[in-house]
Amino acid sequence: MVHRPSFILSQEDWSLHRKGHQDQQRHQEKVRDAIKKNLADLVTEESIVMHDGRQIVKVPIRSLDEFRFRYNFNKGQHGGQGDGDSSVGDVLGRDPQGKQQQAGPGKGEGAGEAPGVDYYEAEVSLEEIQDMLFKDLELPNLQRKTLDDIKTTDIRFTDVRKKGLQGNIDKKRTLIEAIKRNALAGRENKYQIIPDDLRYKTWEEIEKPHSQAVVLAMMDTSGSMGQFEKYIARSFFFWMTRFLRTRYENVDIQYIAHHTEAKVVTEHEFFTKGESGGTICSSAYQLTWNLIEQKYSPDKYNIYPFHFSDGDNLSSDNEKCVKLIRQIMEVSNIFGYGEVNQYNRSSSLMNAFKNIQDPKFKNVLIKEKSEVYKALCTFFTSGEAIRAS
Amino acid sequence: MKREEMRQLERSIEEITDIARGMGLDFYEMRYEVCPADIIYTFGAYGMPTRFSHWSFGKTFHKMKMQYDFGLSKIYELVINSDPCYAFLLDGNSLIQNKLIVAHVLGHCDFFKHNAKFAGTSRYMVESMAASADRFREYEMEHGKEAVETFIDSVLAVQEHIDPSLIGRTQRLQKPADIIPVKKPADPYEDIWAIGEKKAEEVPTPVRFPAQPEKDLLLFIMEHAKGMEDWQRDVLSVMREEMLYFWPQIETKIMNEGWASYWHLRILREMDLTEAETIEFARLHAGVIAPSRTSLNPYHVGLKMWEDIEKRWGRERMWEIREFDSDMSFLRNYLTKELCDEMDLYLYQKVGNEWKVVEKDWEKVRDQLCTARVNGGFPVIVVQDGDYLKNGELYLKHSYEGVELDVKYLEKTLPHVHALWGRTVHLETMLDGRPVVFTHDGKKNHRRFV
Repeated sequence: MVHRPSFILSQEDWSLHRKGHQDQQRHQEKVRDAIKKNLADLVTEESIVMHDGRQIVKVPIRSLDEFRFRYNFNKGQHGGQGDGDSSVGDVLGRDPQGKQQQAGPGKGEGAGEAPGVDYYEAEVSLEEIQDMLFKDLELPNLQRKTLDDIKTTDIRFTDVRKKGLQGNIDKKRTLIEAIKRNALAGRENKYQIIPDDLRYKTWEEIEKPHSQAVVLAMMDTSGSMGQFEKYIARSFFFWMTRFLRTRYENVDIQYIAHHTEAKVVTEHEFFTKGESGGTICSSAYQLTWNLIEQKYSPDKYNIYPFHFSDGDNLSSDNEKCVKLIRQIMEVSNIFGYGEVNQYNRSSSLMNAFKNIQDPKFKNVLIKEKSEVYKALCTFFTSGEAIRAS
Repeated sequence: MKREEMRQLERSIEEITDIARGMGLDFYEMRYEVCPADIIYTFGAYGMPTRFSHWSFGKTFHKMKMQYDFGLSKIYELVINSDPCYAFLLDGNSLIQNKLIVAHVLGHCDFFKHNAKFAGTSRYMVESMAASADRFREYEMEHGKEAVETFIDSVLAVQEHIDPSLIGRTQRLQKPADIIPVKKPADPYEDIWAIGEKKAEEVPTPVRFPAQPEKDLLLFIMEHAKGMEDWQRDVLSVMREEMLYFWPQIETKIMNEGWASYWHLRILREMDLTEAETIEFARLHAGVIAPSRTSLNPYHVGLKMWEDIEKRWGRERMWEIREFDSDMSFLRNYLTKELCDEMDLYLYQKVGNEWKVVEKDWEKVRDQLCTARVNGGFPVIVVQDGDYLKNGELYLKHSYEGVELDVKYLEKTLPHVHALWGRTVHLETMLDGRPVVFTHDGKKNHRRFV
């Protein structure tokens, strides 16, 4: 009979056992998918748009819960242990008040002291959201204009040479050369470097012709634009600005605020200042037209005017608006009009624009926050293909 | 681990094994494996080193591993109910940590080998899980990763709904209703007296499907769902077997951890420890049995109860109890007023938005602890009708016993049941004292009070 030991102690190499990490990665992929599905809500997430400097946004992702039939923890009694002198009435913890109900995306529930409550909150960086959001967006109908000052230069280290700048020494390759040379001569473990061993990284200049574009962002800041309307318009322009900055190098953005008069304002003023008064939209269109004539010649620039308003315009001004829009459209790539109309009232401006049958004219009606995403997709989609949100 | 350390550990294991045997513990052959943290945590998350892949395990792994990386918690060991019995030790454990763990693990293994709940469990699960995982991978190649993953998602949502009485059995016990009663005439001429009398109209008993409410939801779906492919049935069957394998561990958590803690304490007392080791051991042990205000620490409660049993009846009785009881009967029979007071057990509940201690009466505490362990702590849900409305719809019923279901979870789980069954599914339960039926038709949830 073979004697079998009652135990074996061993230690193996587990480095190839990657299952946990792989499934973890798959889980993270799923989190990202879930965020993508929530993009429409994230776009108007206040903590992002209000720009409080945080780069990480917490998003409660509920679809990744592992759902099952379970008891309502809040309605049952549970066992616990005190430290010897517990008595009826002792408080173990508190739930943050009222948080349960408003668990919308981005609300960022505080971690309650409540026992057993398990929810999953994914952390995403602004960059990640941007990447996902901007992936399919682009400036529509972008054309190449005259070639001066519209190229991007880029530097790429693609080559290794024996001569070069000291600052660009390729240490690794230099060392390898020295080792090789010494090894060839039969000398082991000698790494003395002679000038012949030196290797330098060398770069190449790449010139990419790039189209030049200007975006003319017009926003109604009149008294009729309420909190909600302004918020929507700003969310849109916030993302538009970020989108253009990250994706295009040569895009000018001109901010135009208007009520009865229009003026060019700084980015900061555009996003923060509130005004009041009546509305004459043609003032903004006129200013846009002037800018095009004076600064942004259609020969050199792709021109993208966008206008956000609540649609409440002085009726007698409508005709002039339509005329100006037609005029602008002849030289611009598209014309985007977004109307924030929460209660679906019949608007004077949208009515006036009904008859514009130009494919360059794109309009979006926004009734709720999540539709800002739809607006982005509508305006920044190439050609005629407009994606469903 | 260095070779010298391995040798030292080996010597200690030998000594511990001898002491344990001498005390009467009886375990399978042991296989100790020293592995790095991410491997231990992988095993912890999957429940078994060879189990199939799924993102939910990855999520658990990530959570556990993070807690370890931040120094918030640490798993020292992992032991698997199998023959031979595998135990995984964390590389980086000190010698005294490993001594405690080895002694603890032997207690578990003795329990696996002798407790009646484990009698029907497969002792070759390491191998069968590996084989299943291989097959799952093949299904992924054949039918696509997405399809397999989505299907597993759905099975996981209802995986607890099995019938634990079927552990180790291939055939269901015959239920009373399946046995057709044969009416015996009282005497050979009985029927003569009935001639000419109007026969009582025979009411055909409605044919019910299933004849008795079926507790094993997975089994029922596996046998009767229409349009399920072979590979899906296989996945379902594998996951059901795995749940049956894990079930006894759910049902004996307090006993089993208490038993292992009782023995690691006894065994280490027999060993010659250095002063530093003794202090380190005391610190470790105290950490393991530290009580919690919002849950029961099975190590603590179990240990106290076993020690009380020893005090009252001696060790002989302990062997019997570890063989015949499970947590519910263990608590019911051996949790005393004195123990409740000593451990300061209570019940707490949500009052307004505060979690408050609401009960200290020991009998009520004991009863609630038992109730909370009915069906492993999961709601009991049975198949009431597998051909509801004569339309092949599935009608489930929650056996309501005072605690409502989590509606949000319920509404998210029903679509998974629908995905498995392939037709409209219903679930009857109680909300605010009224019976209510939730329905999912593949697109939407409906709710109606009945």
